[in-house]
Amino acid sequence: MFARWRASLIILLAAAPALVVLVGLVGAWLTPAGDTLQHQWRYLLPDAGRNTFILVMTVAAGAALVGTTLAALVALCEFPGRAFFSWGLLLPLSIPGYVLAAVFAGSLDYASPLYSWLREQFGWQWPSIRSLGGAALVLTLTLFPYVYLIARVAFESAAQRYLEAASLLGRTRLQATREVLLPLAVPAVLASTALVAMETLADFGVVAALNVDTLTTALYRAWYGMFSLVTAQQIAGFLVIVALLLLLLEHRARSSVRMREAGGIALQRRQLPPLTAGLATLFASTVLGIAFVWPVAHLLSWASTHVTADLDARYWGYFVRSIALAGLGALLIVSISTLFVYARRDAVSGIVRTVAPLSTAGYAIPGTVLAVGLYAPLTQALPWLQGTLLVLFIAYVTRFFAVGHAPMAAGLARLPTALDEAAVLLGSRPLERWQKIHWPMLKGSVAAAFVLTFVDLMKELPITLLTRPFGFETLAIRVFELTSEGEWERAAVPALALVLAGLWPLKWLAGRMSHAT
Amino acid sequence: MRLPTCNRLVSTVLAALCSLPALHVRAADATEPVVVYSARNEQLIKPIFDRFTAETGIPVRFTTADAAVLIERLAAEGKNSPADMLMTVDAGELWNAANRGLLRPTRSSILEANIPATLRDPGNRWVGLSQRARTIVYHPNRVDPRTLSTYEALADPVWKNRLCLRSSKKVYNQSLVAMMIKARGETATETTIRGWVANLAAPPFANDNQVMEAIAAGQCDVGIVNTYYLGRMLQKQPDFPVKVFWANQRGDGTHVNVSGAGITRHARNPAGAQKLLEWLSAGEAQRLFAGSNMEYPVNPTVEIDPLVRSWGSFTPSRINIVEAGRRQATAVRVMDRAGWR
Repeated sequence: MFARWRASLIILLAAAPALVVLVGLVGAWLTPAGDTLQHQWRYLLPDAGRNTFILVMTVAAGAALVGTTLAALVALCEFPGRAFFSWGLLLPLSIPGYVLAAVFAGSLDYASPLYSWLREQFGWQWPSIRSLGGAALVLTLTLFPYVYLIARVAFESAAQRYLEAASLLGRTRLQATREVLLPLAVPAVLASTALVAMETLADFGVVAALNVDTLTTALYRAWYGMFSLVTAQQIAGFLVIVALLLLLLEHRARSSVRMREAGGIALQRRQLPPLTAGLATLFASTVLGIAFVWPVAHLLSWASTHVTADLDARYWGYFVRSIALAGLGALLIVSISTLFVYARRDAVSGIVRTVAPLSTAGYAIPGTVLAVGLYAPLTQALPWLQGTLLVLFIAYVTRFFAVGHAPMAAGLARLPTALDEAAVLLGSRPLERWQKIHWPMLKGSVAAAFVLTFVDLMKELPITLLTRPFGFETLAIRVFELTSEGEWERAAVPALALVLAGLWPLKWLAGRMSHAT
Repeated sequence: MRLPTCNRLVSTVLAALCSLPALHVRAADATEPVVVYSARNEQLIKPIFDRFTAETGIPVRFTTADAAVLIERLAAEGKNSPADMLMTVDAGELWNAANRGLLRPTRSSILEANIPATLRDPGNRWVGLSQRARTIVYHPNRVDPRTLSTYEALADPVWKNRLCLRSSKKVYNQSLVAMMIKARGETATETTIRGWVANLAAPPFANDNQVMEAIAAGQCDVGIVNTYYLGRMLQKQPDFPVKVFWANQRGDGTHVNVSGAGITRHARNPAGAQKLLEWLSAGEAQRLFAGSNMEYPVNPTVEIDPLVRSWGSFTPSRINIVEAGRRQATAVRVMDRAGWR
């Protein structure tokens, strides 16, 4: 698609901001920082490291399992409520993880009305939600839609003829799904699970709300508590190395199962027998109920007493700015990711190939560390950037590039290069090939990339907080203002507005995506 | 025909562009705004800044974030920083900013008259603007207040499975421990904290509200919180069953932290910033600044919110609050060693 030098340039440009941050993190390792790290190594890091490991593994496994099952059900089967669930299962994405954690802590912990009542009436007891298990549950519930969405696109773009071929070979529908369609969706599942793992690795909001010690809380403890940003950056550097290893594993696994064929006639969904269909509906409703309906109901009850105190004309501004920032940011990230995945296919130079994966490492760096690590060099090199939205967008791209990249990479992996070769032989120009061959087959991936980055940016806090111009308030910032001194019930108002603002774009884009396939 | 139109357009645009700097200068001459980087949140500062602008005609622009982040931002921006003032919700961060050379000393007889010396930086680089008392709270049905005395006494095994604490990640606890270290030394403080950890009825909570809710629900009997959280709780639920006990009254006094501010090293409008600081330290502004969040004014002549007054008067710690910052990193180490999560 691209000339080699152009491909290399695109990759280097896309990776540049991430490289700036990474150089800073490497620099931190070379900076003497007293014995803060030794102290943490002795008293904090072994436990924190173990917790992080367990958290990343359980959340990745949980999200992959729940996400893939739901994706397969929605894409391949017909059951009551399927049309609603096809977009409804994306709704949990609109609730920031730290809000869900606060809701769970407020509604399920010892002092909550529900627990108190059950304890007094029936003597029921259950383990505290403020624990490693609780954090794993909350993160799984907020992150499974990544897998669901990306895997669903993969299932839906699988061709009917695969199933027909399988049935000619005497396979049942279930066997065909397991033996043919699942492997076809493996790249998508792996790519999205890697995203989930990276997000978990960098999470601070959820673990802080539930007071679970992880590497990120150790990092903030060094910085905020012991005034050692350098130690924090050293730990962040370690997180990046882990993330790169994860990406490498994912890449290896993906290339071993890559299938470069797709397209053809759209899949026909199979009507499930009544009992199985009922179970499918029950499963989807349970997941949606716990991850979305319950928390939203809880937020509503919190908000009901504060609507008059907080909701006023300013909210139009918050609303519009949140949507505009997220929309523009998502557009930017999806455009760059699209160029990037093509460029990566074409670029052959060794250095460029090595640099390429680094561009997605930003997703594993806690937002605040990334924001500070980028803000300082950028505004020192280019002082006029200070106070402009440009810094903010550069930081958005650096942090969320992986989110736009994963669906695009998975989408392009399903496109056979033979198609391109044939088109080239027929004398087509690159733009024509893109319009007539690639776009129709990648539409779903583009929509998925847009939806994921959009909702992620809507919820984004640390980067917006540091780099926004004066007086530029968004819904996420309003949530921060109110929760920074523990006013959770009042914060329910902007938190609900955030959910509401994400609702319509999610539904609309999910609709686009279905038409696309 | 086209060229003259084009020329006219170009010259109009050029003229407009040339007049822009002039406009800018004139606007700056009129009333230069004071720019504040604030870790104190919007709803607590905006009404007060609006009032300042109404009274003095000086506009205030501000942005909010965590103090640690604002400090990095100040450091990165250096001379190019638009900020005139840094405002935080704890003394440790002010100490850190001053220590890194990001704040400038300001001599002001008004500030010295209005704010007690223990709540100001000895080097005059920042001042406290409201006091936040962090003390013991208890459930009146399960605890006889006569059995309470000091923070340190909560390490006694008699409180086994009866104590609730917030996470040691919160700076309010780090400041409390820093001041304990100043008063009693590192070893004694570590022993105390080991005692607290052994007495915990539940893993540490993420915020003070949860600590008080756990006490109300019977998960534990005593805890340590900032009193304004209880104030807010009582506003919503006047019969909320948690009471205040003023700790260490026979010894070194109850721990207070401050929400405060200092003028930045590279302030463009230091005069305006000083005016704002002085205005905040007196009269109605003090009452609003502290009262809107049920904190205690730093200015002893200012009236205390009635609900806050109902908890009775107390003797605050006499140690200068600067120690909270100076010993914060040590405090964190002590808490790590003692296993306070």
